[in-house]
Amino acid sequence: MKPLHELTISEVHEGYSNRDFTCVDLVQHFLNRIEKYNHKLNIYLALNKKALLEAAEADKEIVEKGITRPLLGIPFAVKDNFLTVGMETTASSSILKSYHPQYESTTTQRILNAGAIILGKTNMDSFAHGSSTETSDFGPTLNPWDTGRLPGGSSGGSAAAISAQLATVALGSETAGSIRQPAAWCGVTGLKPSYGRASRYGIIAMASSTDQPGPIARSVRDCAIVSEIIFGKDPYDATTSPTPVDIYESSLEKKDLKGIKIGLVKEYLLPSMRDDVKQLILDAAEKFRSLGATVEEVSLMNPKYAIGTYTVISRSEISSNLARFDGIRYGHTRDAFCPETKRRILLGTYTLSAGYYDAFYKKAEAVRTKMIDQFGELFKTYDAFIGAVSPGPALPLGATKNQPMFGEMEDILVEQSSIAGLTGVGLPCGFVDGLPIGLQITGAQLEESKVISIADCYQRNTDFQKFPNIEKTI
Amino acid sequence: MKTTPLIGLEVHVELEIKSKMFCGCPADHFGKAPNTQTCPVCLGLPGALPVPNKKAIESCLKIGLALNCSINRLSKFDRKQYFYPDLAKGYQISQYDQPFCSDGYVILDSGKRIGIERVHQEEDTGKLQHTALNGEKVTLVDFNRCGVPLVEIVSRPDMSSSTEAKEYLKKIHEIIRAIKVSSADMEKGQMRLEPTINVMIETESGTHYTPMVEVKNINSFNFATQAIDFEIKRQIEEFEKTGIKKTANNKTTRGYDSVKKITFLQRSKEEAKDYRYFPEPDIPPFIIEDDLIEKLRLDIPLLPDQEVAVLEKIGVNQKDAKILVSSENKVAIERIKGLANNSNVNIQKLSSLIVNGKIDVNRDVLAQYNTHTKIGTTDRGELEKIINKVIEENPQVVAEYKKGKTNVAGFFVGQAMKATSGTADPKTLSDLVVELLNK
Repeated sequence: MKPLHELTISEVHEGYSNRDFTCVDLVQHFLNRIEKYNHKLNIYLALNKKALLEAAEADKEIVEKGITRPLLGIPFAVKDNFLTVGMETTASSSILKSYHPQYESTTTQRILNAGAIILGKTNMDSFAHGSSTETSDFGPTLNPWDTGRLPGGSSGGSAAAISAQLATVALGSETAGSIRQPAAWCGVTGLKPSYGRASRYGIIAMASSTDQPGPIARSVRDCAIVSEIIFGKDPYDATTSPTPVDIYESSLEKKDLKGIKIGLVKEYLLPSMRDDVKQLILDAAEKFRSLGATVEEVSLMNPKYAIGTYTVISRSEISSNLARFDGIRYGHTRDAFCPETKRRILLGTYTLSAGYYDAFYKKAEAVRTKMIDQFGELFKTYDAFIGAVSPGPALPLGATKNQPMFGEMEDILVEQSSIAGLTGVGLPCGFVDGLPIGLQITGAQLEESKVISIADCYQRNTDFQKFPNIEKTI
Repeated sequence: MKTTPLIGLEVHVELEIKSKMFCGCPADHFGKAPNTQTCPVCLGLPGALPVPNKKAIESCLKIGLALNCSINRLSKFDRKQYFYPDLAKGYQISQYDQPFCSDGYVILDSGKRIGIERVHQEEDTGKLQHTALNGEKVTLVDFNRCGVPLVEIVSRPDMSSSTEAKEYLKKIHEIIRAIKVSSADMEKGQMRLEPTINVMIETESGTHYTPMVEVKNINSFNFATQAIDFEIKRQIEEFEKTGIKKTANNKTTRGYDSVKKITFLQRSKEEAKDYRYFPEPDIPPFIIEDDLIEKLRLDIPLLPDQEVAVLEKIGVNQKDAKILVSSENKVAIERIKGLANNSNVNIQKLSSLIVNGKIDVNRDVLAQYNTHTKIGTTDRGELEKIINKVIEENPQVVAEYKKGKTNVAGFFVGQAMKATSGTADPKTLSDLVVELLNK
């Protein structure tokens, strides 16, 4: 049998059903691993002190009623921007140090209702401002594949938790790349929902018009299972879509991809990209063809325009969303904001100022509309498009130093889809220099089923979902 | 030198509604223990999101319709950003360039039309309490009011005297109450006034304008009148002294001291605020359907001016009609309307009796009217005619009377009383009947 920390949701449930192990066994196993590795990797910021107690309750339920709840006894790692009652929530910012939320986020409430056990809260870029987890006020998380490298971000802690096998599944959130990019750098699978598919209630806001929570896991299947639980209309979030959530499990296990049309985005094979990275994307295209899909080269707006557009919109929203941390409440003054956060507040305040609003914010919104239109055209013909998630593999620690636009450069290939509110899966498609490379499979708004179906078929027919030997890397 | 004041008014109305603008907390905050009506949303806690209150938006649209505005089919909320300790989120959710309603008007009794630029929806802020705790001066914040639905009504600078401003305000007040979106109780702060004033000065050298002044948060019509009058005088004097004219950015904000009856500078142009408005990303834009507008239009009762017109049409004089409408004497208005088709009732007389307190509308109005307008006590001749007619028509009964059956006199009294619709004084009538029968 596989070791407990490698199991997927279905495998854990199978183990519970067969009485191979108990939930207490599994949770204790993860807690032991966390105890052993966390101080090196800096993945968890806070642990759930009641995890074992909750596990014992789950065991009781399994014995008495069987597994009737879809996430019963499944250990989760949760990004620290989800409000969790009873667990400190800081969004990795000193300004919220010791903050204990008064209410539970919709997403964590939904996984808890489904029986999940939250092991703890994971490190992230401070207020999700970054793509490295290096802007965390509590130190960077290290990449389990190579501790000299970054895990990506902002959901770096959650992606690393899956990669280092310190939880069965994780919750992350993405504003533009924050699920898919760390998933790519840590060699795991992440799903970014369409804007409005999942509730943002109780997630410390970064950029309100693109934020979305989503799963990071060992497989597309696990992502699909968690998605089905956390997605859907929330009366507390006016931007959630009333469209019912599909049964994603029925999109899994497709024999082949016959009839599926995939666009290979020409512009996403950046001139600056390493040839071996490009080759992995072309290999993936070939794989899709061999699975019966039609893959054609398509053209989109140069992704460089996404950077400016996304930067203006996100900074504007950030400057506004962080105004509530006014230094009067929450126990810390605004000095406690990290330099990256201060930079973003300054830039956003500027772009919204009288006289600059038209030149920046309004123009950015106009470009955003253009992008949405362009994607609309593309999806008339294609079911999804593919490209790399990130221009290259994980970068070394310290790479963000003196690089205020670091995140934007690393997220250049996923920003357009975030601005347009599309859905996408990021999953491993190979390795360069022993480091994982991520493939993005991106679909139209609310077409999660399609993307899951394509990604699952690809994943089952490839062998890139691997895990580092952390005994060795640490 | 000719001076013409230019006065515009911003009126904030607190809606009387069950829950707050963006959360489920009770909106009725008056006199409640501090911070007992709050939740993550109105406290602006991390991660909390606003969900708009549909009923409040409908009230805003109703105000717009009642003020002759056009309803914008596409509308949205915006964030108005500024720092203040009572502003939980660091921004107020308001409406900037696409308010729910725009371009309406109110017509003054003189016939002058006061334009309404916009009617928009926003949320109220918390309240600061400056007090002492253990001998130390402190400022406390009460968030109960935070997120209470507010509607802002912005007029054009069409008023040219404090009298016009007061009439405009009274009309707005009456309309708000008539459509039942708020009792607009000034003492509870449910209606707050902010006049903006400057003066057009015409001299031989040309036409000049004094710098604009906005006077903040006035809570009575009289204070508004006084503040406007004070400002007009002050601005003319200042202009004569300094010659400073209005520019694009020398608008100032002043407060009103109701004890000293003066306005005082609060914020000068250097401190002018840049609110950095931008579309509220947490709330999708609204598409207002025609069906909703029509449904709301049907919900709007007769407005005060229309009610006055209806009363005038059935015979109430204008002065009385206005008194009845502005005092919101609904029972009296209903009684008057109910008797409009009774040919024995003079409506002008009836309404005047009601307005002058001669008739209690909660008792039998017609009986009281008749008592006050009895025939016979004053017009004996008219009564004689009626009795004689009854006598002529009933010779047999007269004969019986003459034979000594004097109790038949009651028959004549009854018939004559009927002929006067019961308006005759019974004593006068029966005396007259006996007198005439004995003739």
